[in-house]
Amino acid sequence: MTAPAGVLQEAFVWLNDPLTWTEQGGVLELAGEHLLMTVAAVGAAAAVTIPVGAWLGHTDRGAGLVVWLTNASRALPTLGIILLLASTGLFGNTATVIAAAFFAAPVLLVNTYEGVRGVDPDARDAARGMGMTGAGVLLRVELPLATTLVSAGLRTTIVQVVATIPLAALAGGGGLGKIITFGLGTQRYGEVLAGGVLVAVLCLAIDGVLAVGQRLATPAPLRPGRT
Amino acid sequence: MPGNPWFSWSYVVGNAPALWQRTLEHVGVTAEAVAISTAIAVPLGVLVSRQRWLSGPVLGVAAVAYTIPSLGLFAILAPLIGIGRTPVLIGLVVYSILIILRNTTAGLATVDPAVVDAARGLGYGPGRLLLQVSLPSALPSIIAGVRLATVSSVALVTVGVVVGFGGLGQIMFQGFRNNLYRAEIMTATIGTILVALVLDLLLWAAGRALTPWLRRRAA
Repeated sequence: MTAPAGVLQEAFVWLNDPLTWTEQGGVLELAGEHLLMTVAAVGAAAAVTIPVGAWLGHTDRGAGLVVWLTNASRALPTLGIILLLASTGLFGNTATVIAAAFFAAPVLLVNTYEGVRGVDPDARDAARGMGMTGAGVLLRVELPLATTLVSAGLRTTIVQVVATIPLAALAGGGGLGKIITFGLGTQRYGEVLAGGVLVAVLCLAIDGVLAVGQRLATPAPLRPGRT
Repeated sequence: MPGNPWFSWSYVVGNAPALWQRTLEHVGVTAEAVAISTAIAVPLGVLVSRQRWLSGPVLGVAAVAYTIPSLGLFAILAPLIGIGRTPVLIGLVVYSILIILRNTTAGLATVDPAVVDAARGLGYGPGRLLLQVSLPSALPSIIAGVRLATVSSVALVTVGVVVGFGGLGQIMFQGFRNNLYRAEIMTATIGTILVALVLDLLLWAAGRALTPWLRRRAA
């Protein structure tokens, strides 16, 4: 293996080459692919877990199931699931989106569930007393009050998905992880380092943007730092 | 697809020595990483909860490190310090520190102030107060953090395959390269989950033994 100083320089040179960014299959294209896959995975996860979590929280059912799912999902090795999907013939981006959505789902489910269930019973009672139906209570009282937790869950989920997608490159998927696996395969360790830095920067940047978004999505009276 | 079963007992029997060796690697690197993280994170948590101004920056840095994806971290570490066990160990320590640190500070924050007052009134000095009152009160939360860090680490080790040290992840990836041999990937995946469950159970039992007063209160 080359000396660390050489690797650093290689990474620097590679990142400074405009072609690295703009060529076909370059950084910009891969980053775009990465973000598209993230949107698809989070969208799929949210479409299933937010309604289910809200319903379970509203009816106050399934606490054991929700907790079990979250704990179990921590122990599941993502790599194993991606490779198992690959062995069924599901290669590349579709498999990655499925696996990432699968891992994103529990966080979102728990946060929606806890958010809806944790609504002040007095607020719920008051809504009932005003003559709201079950669906009305859920849509106009419980969900708005649960926004804080749901948006926190969405932020965690999105960052987690952005972080999971690079793994798929090991099984032939796209996204920024490709730079790392390609670098490893061709023994260009400068590119491996640069790929690692790009993946890390993307994650941190998205987390930062979402932190602002999370604040904006929270209804003003619920924001922290106000008394 | 005939000839490529999901489960194969003969595969397990025929490859028992290799599976066992990878399992030991897997457990070894996890245990070492969690032990190092605990040794760093618990004193750091104590320090942070005493010096309030430190808590923002320290927790912030730990959270930023935690956000970096494992594959990215391994890819940054491997070219700089070489492949193998060391980058995996460092990565696991980085991630585990945040989990244990958060639980330590959360645990110390919930220590009943009346109990601390009572201990002070009995003439406990700061050292004794910490060791005999605050830390035991925070212990359940710390143990919960150590368990969470362990379970997450077991799953993370498999990603170490990119730097050539993935424990059971090596076997998963070997199965993938081996013409998608399903039994091999499945066995390694289930093995990883079992390792996580067994370690979690052991830590749960250790936690129970370390906090006998919790059971007495319940009874």
